[in-house]
Amino acid sequence: MTLWVEGFLVALVLTNLWLLGSSRLFPCIAAVAVQGVLLGALPLVIRIDAPAWRLALQAGVSLGLKGIAFPLLLLRAARSLEVKREVEPFVGYPASLIAGIALLAASLALGARLPIPGALRPLLLVPAVFFTAFTGLFVIVGRKSAIMQVLGYLAMENGIAGFGMALAEREPLLVEMGTFLDAFVAVFVMGITIFHINREFDHIDSGRLSSLKD
Amino acid sequence: MAAVAPGIAQLALALLLAPLLPGVVNKVKAAFAGRRGAPLLQAYYDIAKLLAKSAVYSRTAGWVFRAGPVVGLSAAVVALAALPWAGARALLAFDGDLILFAGLFGLARFFTIAAALDTGSSFEGMGASREAAFSALTEPALLLALAALARRSGSLSLSGILGGQGIGAAGGAAVLLAAGAVFVVLLAECSRMPVDDPTTHLELTMIHEVMVLDHGGVDLAFIEYGAAVKLWAFGGLAVSALLPGQGSRGAWVPDAALALAGMLCVGLLAGMVESVMARLRLSRVPQLLVAALAMSALALALVFVRQ
Repeated sequence: MTLWVEGFLVALVLTNLWLLGSSRLFPCIAAVAVQGVLLGALPLVIRIDAPAWRLALQAGVSLGLKGIAFPLLLLRAARSLEVKREVEPFVGYPASLIAGIALLAASLALGARLPIPGALRPLLLVPAVFFTAFTGLFVIVGRKSAIMQVLGYLAMENGIAGFGMALAEREPLLVEMGTFLDAFVAVFVMGITIFHINREFDHIDSGRLSSLKD
Repeated sequence: MAAVAPGIAQLALALLLAPLLPGVVNKVKAAFAGRRGAPLLQAYYDIAKLLAKSAVYSRTAGWVFRAGPVVGLSAAVVALAALPWAGARALLAFDGDLILFAGLFGLARFFTIAAALDTGSSFEGMGASREAAFSALTEPALLLALAALARRSGSLSLSGILGGQGIGAAGGAAVLLAAGAVFVVLLAECSRMPVDDPTTHLELTMIHEVMVLDHGGVDLAFIEYGAAVKLWAFGGLAVSALLPGQGSRGAWVPDAALALAGMLCVGLLAGMVESVMARLRLSRVPQLLVAALAMSALALALVFVRQ
């Protein structure tokens, strides 16, 4: 495992910890954006054997969507809603970080047991992408604000995409593009929905949605 | 005799230069604020002034109050003796001395807290309670970082751990994370800015300064010198973890110069952090410390994955 790859994966883990530990919306959006950029560049760093144009296209689409388009969309949503921070999450921030450490340990244990075809993958890759997916799931469950939940969804998607990269020797390009399109539509719809929920009910607190009976 | 000479030399050098580090931090802060600032040697002047004064003791305070500063300073000096610096073997090196290093600061903290409680002042009791609460989070972070470094180098003695290859060799990411965690611990333990404000003396938010309010004269000199030595010890730990040790070159003088430059960088970094950051709300401090803990845990995980 070269220092470069290791640095990449450690940065990926750190963005997850940042997402777990920060209450402010804008840094969280930035963390997920950085995550998208890192995952976009990962195939180039770990040297998947594929045609160069395919790697470049994949990295470019990932960078453009997850690094630029999604964050801008979410930033716009957050600005128009005038939400700056998540005030009272279901799980507090220090507790989330400690849960993050536990999740990291679980991902390491899981990664150690999972036999990966293609022995040339760096050791930390599978635990790191597992941890990303777990973090996303945790954020979806543990936060109340709808925007944070969208960020959790994105992190989970990042993890799954990364896992696909780790597992599949040669993914068909069509599958890759399909997941990008899915995520794009999902985030687009979520952004619009959040906006409409906010306009209708003056908040995007999913903890209070159960009291919205007619 | 030749084997211990570098150890003695580095300990003497550290004891002599330790009060310089707070001076560097304050100079950086002054430069950021556009002031000229106190002289670099201000800490020496303060300590000399305080040493010439006699201490005043309250009638209600017992021997614990008097023991606090003495134990604090001696523990810090012994910890410094166990810390290898500039690649030289430490004066006090044995298997497991990394536990001693962390434990000595725990002992010093216990006596500082006990001395603060001994005054019977509710104000100091409040500071003592905060110190105890935050140190419960800094200690695991420090120990996990040390464990990661120990596992990587395969040695249980600080001299073996820190005399290794530094950040350059494989596994540098873990070392960088561990050093970062140690730096956050330094900020918390030495009452630097995002955790505690070393310049306030009359605020309800302070942690460390409030515990020493009733000490004066020689005792206060001991406390201030002890704080400088502690800052040096934690800074030295972070620097030695990053720098390659004696194994790579073996010449003591260039190694020492490099380590001194590293210490200067620690001072600069602490000063910069202090200048650009506001003190965190007390309720946010545990979050920072848990983040340091997470960094140490990640470093440890990285080391385990590699092996």
